[in-house]
This record gives sequence, C-alpha cells and structure tokens, in this order.
Amino acid sequence: MGNAVIKIEHLSKVYDNDLNKKRTRPEPVLWDINLEIEKGEFHILLGQSGCGKSTLLNIIAGFLNKTNGRISVKGKEVSKPGQDRGVVFQNADSAIFPWLTVRQNVEFGLKMQGITKEKRHSISEKYVQLVGLGVHTEKYPSELSGGMKQRVQLARILANDSEILIMDEPFGALDAQTRRVMQQELIRIWQKTKKTIIFVTHDIQEAVLLGQKISIIASAPKVGIFKTYSIDFPYPRNEMDNAFRQQYLEILGHFDFGRGI
Amino acid sequence: MNSRISQYPGDLSILDENDVRRKKNNPLTILQNFLRVLLKKGVLTWLVLAVIWSIAALFYPPTFFPGIVQTLVGSQEIILDGTLFQFVLISAARVYTGWLFGLVLGIPVGLFVGRSDIVRELVEPFINFFRFVPAIAFLTLFIMWFGVGEESKVILIMYSTFFIVVINTAAGVISIDKNKIQAARSLGANERQIFFYVIIPAIIPQIFTGVRLGMGSAFTSIVAAEMLAAKEGIGYLIFTSRLYFHTDWIFIGLVTLGFMGFFSDKFLRFIGTVFLKKYGVKTEGNFGK
Repeated sequence: MGNAVIKIEHLSKVYDNDLNKKRTRPEPVLWDINLEIEKGEFHILLGQSGCGKSTLLNIIAGFLNKTNGRISVKGKEVSKPGQDRGVVFQNADSAIFPWLTVRQNVEFGLKMQGITKEKRHSISEKYVQLVGLGVHTEKYPSELSGGMKQRVQLARILANDSEILIMDEPFGALDAQTRRVMQQELIRIWQKTKKTIIFVTHDIQEAVLLGQKISIIASAPKVGIFKTYSIDFPYPRNEMDNAFRQQYLEILGHFDFGRGI
Repeated sequence: MNSRISQYPGDLSILDENDVRRKKNNPLTILQNFLRVLLKKGVLTWLVLAVIWSIAALFYPPTFFPGIVQTLVGSQEIILDGTLFQFVLISAARVYTGWLFGLVLGIPVGLFVGRSDIVRELVEPFINFFRFVPAIAFLTLFIMWFGVGEESKVILIMYSTFFIVVINTAAGVISIDKNKIQAARSLGANERQIFFYVIIPAIIPQIFTGVRLGMGSAFTSIVAAEMLAAKEGIGYLIFTSRLYFHTDWIFIGLVTLGFMGFFSDKFLRFIGTVFLKKYGVKTEGNFGK
C-alpha cells in the first residue's frame, strides 16, 4: 500500500476533561484506530451518533489533538489544519461567510494566499461552474437554499486546491430529494476532480451509494474501527440492484445484531 | 350572476369582484387602513403622547406642569433668538465626540476581551464593577481631574459609552461560530487574517448594536456632563432652568433632547441599512420586528 495519502496508526483519543477526572477511569472516544486511505479514494466512516466518527474527522482535519498514536497525511504528521485538507461542515450556515457573495466565498482561501484578482476570478469561475452555481455567483448565502450552500462549501475547498475533502455528514440537514441530487453531484465532481474524500455519515444507504470503502466505527465500549468493507460495484449505483441490497443488508446486520457497534 | 356556493374547497369565486370593491370602499376599512399607516409611521404615537400631555397639563398650574402651547410660548424667546438651536449644536458636539471616543476605545478593547481568555479574565471584574457606577457619580472627580473645559464633559460621556460597547463587542466575539474560524483556518488563513477577515465581519451586527446602545447611553449622560461648569447646552438648560422656575424651559429641553436622540438613532439605522446590510445588521427596530 505505497500510495496511502492518509495513514493512521494506533490512534487514540481521550478528551482532556475526562483525563482530569481523577476517580473514574477515563473513557477513550477513539481506541487503537488503524486506517489507510489511498489517493483518490472515496472513504466512508459509518457509525451511530456519538461513536466518535466526528472526533476522528476533526483529528484528521487538525482541529483536535490526538492523545496517542500516529496520523500522517502524505507522510507528514498532522498537527494543525492545513490547506491540503478541505472541510465541508454539516451546517453550511455556520461555516460559510454570509457577508460574502458566492464568488467571494469560493475565493476566500485564494485571497488569503495573496493570489491576484484575475487569477482568483478564473479559478473561482471554474469551480462555481463545476458545482453548478454558475448563475448564482453574485448572490449572498441568505439567498441560497441548503443544497446550494453545500455546493458553495464544496466549491470553496475545490478552488483552494485541497487534495483531501473531509465531509462531516454534509447532506444530513437536507431534505430527501435534495440529498439525492447532491449525492449524484458529489459522485460526478469526485470522478471529475479525482480528489480523496473522507465522508462521515450514519446513513447506511448513503454509505453504500457513495463509498468505495466503508469503515464501520463501533461505539462505546468497543470504540474503534469494527470492519472495513470494499464496495466494488460501479457508479452510478442503484438502490434496487441485488448487489446493493445485499451489501446494505450485510452492513445493517452489524448494527442490528452487532451488540454495541 | 355568480353562484355563491363554492364548488370545491379553496374556490375563490365566492369572493366576487363587487364584494372586494365594496369591502375596499367601506369607510370603516378606509379608516382602519389609515390608522394602521399612521401607527406604522409613528404619527399615532406622537399624537397620543401629545393628547396625554395636554390633558395632564389641564389639571396643574403651568409652573408645575406646562402644556404644549404653554411650553412653546414660554420658550419663545430662546427659540427665536437661536439660543436653543445653538445649545442643540453644542450638546450634540459633546455627545458625538464622547460617543466616538467611546467607540474608538471600546471596540478594540471588546475585541481583545472576546478573543483572549486571559484578557477577559483580567478585565471582566473591572468591567462588571464600573458598569454599575453611573457617569454622574464621577462628575466632581472628572471636573477636578480634567478641568472645567470640554475635556471633563467629553470624558464623562465617553465613560458612559465605553462599557456598553465593550460588552456587546466582546459578547459578539465569544458567540462567533467556531466552524467559521475552523473553516478559515483550513482554507489557509493565518491568525491575523482570521481576525480581520472572519471575526470582525462576523460580529458587525453585535458591534452595531453596541454602537446604538452606546449612543443612547451617551445621550443620557449629557445632563450630568453639563450639570456643573457649563454655560451652554441642552443639559445646562434643563439643569439651570430650575433656578428660575422656568418649567417650560425644562420641558422644551427634555423634548429637544429626546428628538436629538431619536433622530440620531434614525440616522444610525439608516447607515446600518445602507452600508451594513450584508453583514446581517438588523435595523428594523428595538424589538427586532
């Protein structure tokens, strides 16, 4: 496995305020996580709420410090957020900048790096088009729907040339129809840009629909990666296919009979 | 002839045009709509206030509680010879100067207090101590320390603006969504850029609220500022008129002060609507409607 972009070895996380409690033994949120994600891979982290999948994501993004173990991106130890790892937050309203237009939001990272206005414009134009916001460039976020706001987040990190897209339940707050459209769009954009995607969800169907690899995260007390599936069938996937349903049921079985995954 | 029975739920044919016209031209409806507009524009409020004032004044001698006409007639000389207008300008200059200094000092302090835990822990007791000590309590000290000139008055007004601006600004910084800062950081922004390009624009609404409340605070201190050692100004007029038993001058002073504040706030809200709308500044009114 020479071309792993993200390499996680024996990673553990205990929250500091748990450590400070003297009497009880600290409960780890993550325990002995081992994970390798290859370049260009669409990797799903699947788990129930509270299982620590967002914690793992925040450590990869560099927002949280690990307690133990190693985590490296392209051979470099992760210690802080970086431009190489772009984050799409679940709540777009909290993450995009409402005082900037769609174009200015998309250009934010470029502006921070001091890239000239003309260059910024041509880059933002390309990605605004790619995510399908071409006619909305001069609008403010308050004029956009939930799905369009997620497109802005996506365009923003694509324009910033992040190699790895970290997505924390990005479609969780969308209505069912919009979510479907966004799932198809994400596949299209991923195939076009060949980015590495780490995608957190608790929705098994979404996981099987999108992922090449699905890592099931077990919740307490057996915190850690329970199993990683490789999903081989081609895109676009259809929920009605036999292979899809079998895969879905197999994963569902872990949650139904797994006793505390 | 239209059938008056609706064909299916939601059938609007029951509202035939004549009905609508009749309803529209009904004198009662016209009056209602007219009153609604007056209420919305604030005219009704002023009318009610004037009526209450006039009725209340009927029961008392003018030296105790003058009515509107008595107030205007009594204040005729200071209105006509330009004294009142001059006093307005002088007081406004003091209020705005003190207020501006309060903003210039208060906003940066608020940003630091909100941004740094250490600064906040250091400064918070101090702020919570002094914000309960009213400006007027410092009157004698300020005159002693800063003299009888403009400085002491401006500093007094600055004092009463400062804390409210600090508190609102700091509260804005503290309540900022951490996702915004994380997003900016992972987009490659450094700490300085996060401060100027994320934190400040994100809290413009809270700063603006502080600015507006600070203006109110500044106006409430003008009388204190002009109580002693002033020869001019609306506060001086209100405070000194008691010596001459000129109750009507006190009234005209109160009304003028109220209008000055009223129009200052209107102006601020106008600025907010025109220039700061994209930052999410709400300018509809005090009650958010």
